Amino acid sequence: MASLRRFSPLPGFGLAMGYTLVYLAIIVVIPLTAVGAKTFTLGWDAFWAAVSSPRVVASYQLSFGASLLAAGINVFFGLIFAWVLVRYRFPGKGLVDSLVDLPFALPTAVAGIALATIYSQNGPVGKLLEPLGVEIAYTPKGVLLALVFIGLPFVVRTVQPVLADLEKEVEEAAAGLGASRWQTFCKIILPHIAPALLTGFAMAFARAVGEYGSVIFIAGNVPMVSEITPLMIITKLEQYDYAGATAVASVMLIISFVLLLIINGLQGWMQNRYAKGA
Amino acid sequence: MSASIALHAGSLERQETASTREPAWVKVVLVSVALSFFSVFLLLPLGTVFAEALRKGWGAYFDAMVNPDAWSAIKLTLLVAVIAVPLNLVFGLAASWAIAKFEFRGKRVLITLIDLPFSVSPVISGLIYVLMFGAQGWFGPWFYEHDIKIIFAVPGIVLATIFVTFPFVARELIPLMEAQGSEEEEAAVVLGASGWQVFRYTTLPNIKWGLLYGVILCNARAMGEFGAVSVVSGHIRGQTNTMPLHVEILYNEYNYAAAFAVASLLAVLAIITLGLKTLVERQTRRQLQEIGTPSGE
Repeated sequence: MASLRRFSPLPGFGLAMGYTLVYLAIIVVIPLTAVGAKTFTLGWDAFWAAVSSPRVVASYQLSFGASLLAAGINVFFGLIFAWVLVRYRFPGKGLVDSLVDLPFALPTAVAGIALATIYSQNGPVGKLLEPLGVEIAYTPKGVLLALVFIGLPFVVRTVQPVLADLEKEVEEAAAGLGASRWQTFCKIILPHIAPALLTGFAMAFARAVGEYGSVIFIAGNVPMVSEITPLMIITKLEQYDYAGATAVASVMLIISFVLLLIINGLQGWMQNRYAKGA
Repeated sequence: MSASIALHAGSLERQETASTREPAWVKVVLVSVALSFFSVFLLLPLGTVFAEALRKGWGAYFDAMVNPDAWSAIKLTLLVAVIAVPLNLVFGLAASWAIAKFEFRGKRVLITLIDLPFSVSPVISGLIYVLMFGAQGWFGPWFYEHDIKIIFAVPGIVLATIFVTFPFVARELIPLMEAQGSEEEEAAVVLGASGWQVFRYTTLPNIKWGLLYGVILCNARAMGEFGAVSVVSGHIRGQTNTMPLHVEILYNEYNYAAAFAVASLLAVLAIITLGLKTLVERQTRRQLQEIGTPSGE
């Protein structure tokens, strides 16, 4: 271990590193390799049959489609939230700033039953929408709504500090050179916060793809219509189809890992970029 | 990727001048959009939990609490958090000490591995322990022979909870300790402090707020986790039901008032968590101002 690191007078590297690696292996690495191992015992044909059955494919379409759309909606509203929190004073601002993180803190099952109740036919919002012919609960729209709920803080909290650090002088210079406020926003502010927006988008998307608790209550879980991919894993498990469940899980895991690498890359880009400006 | 929110020590507000100000109507529109979205998407769900919980009055509310199944769910949830949070706290301290205070090859890879549980679907977080310890799993038969139940029992719930809350403490501490550097600790070593003394009197006072914040988030997730726990629990009433699972069962039985009553306890936990977070952020900001460190990182 010592040969791997540069000299430091501080004690405890061996102990801390050893403990970290052992605990990481037991809790995370070994259990995750179980998914790979189980998938390989399946054989290609069985694997392909499990991950490409029409019901599972319909769930990918819903999960990925709704997650993309939700992350996009989050970028739009998340930017507005970050903007008003950084730049304006208004009544209730402290409350808004604290409660933006509610989707992180509120257990997903609680959010799930609350959203399902609000948008069901007898719920406070569902009741208003029913005469208009808009049904949200127990349709793909309900899935989208739940995903918008859980993804919002990712965008707000990535963009907010970047927006706060943006130097005022740059904007003043733009204004001095005759740029309108809108031009300054499009040409100066937006490019500056673009990496943060993209990172927030990727984080919201990654979270939405795997989300379970807040979605299943409002989704209604109609086969081919409103079943999300994580639910397909649960359904297969309940039928004791462990191999099938693992196959679908391995597809999701690969996608999550790719997303994780993309997000790490984006964060590296952000760090370089904002370090230069500061 | 961090699914938790980093602690922002710097000021998140700016003073504007005339040339960096938008027309008043833009401000009004943006603030109205934000407030409407906030009311519909955040306030309304939170309010609904309490409104539905009390729909049948306080009597029914307390009946739902003192129900033996609810009570055993509360106890199990507390038990799981009491085991999972300290284990991840110790891990977080060890990992952040190794990563932030030393230079070694493969550091980025290690951080990515620590972050992994955040990007894994909760359902898969439960599935991996079924594959390890289930009846047909790798170690399942051995545990079965020795009459130790892990899946569909409390140990499985604890394991799944440890997995989903794994990165929280480490994730808060690593950037904080990296930013603080190790000059103070090195000085303490030169002055003859032991390893424990260095940690106790130099590092800990510097990281205590970040540590507290990580523990708060870790605890909130440990008590509220649903997907992962749902896969490994088996939903045995009075035995392997945590509070979120109990909420699900009551809701699926159309016992809405009781479901929301138990849910309201979890919502209170969420509100306390957010309150403590705001407090810790204010505290860190004050600490930084006292030292006179610039707000930017």
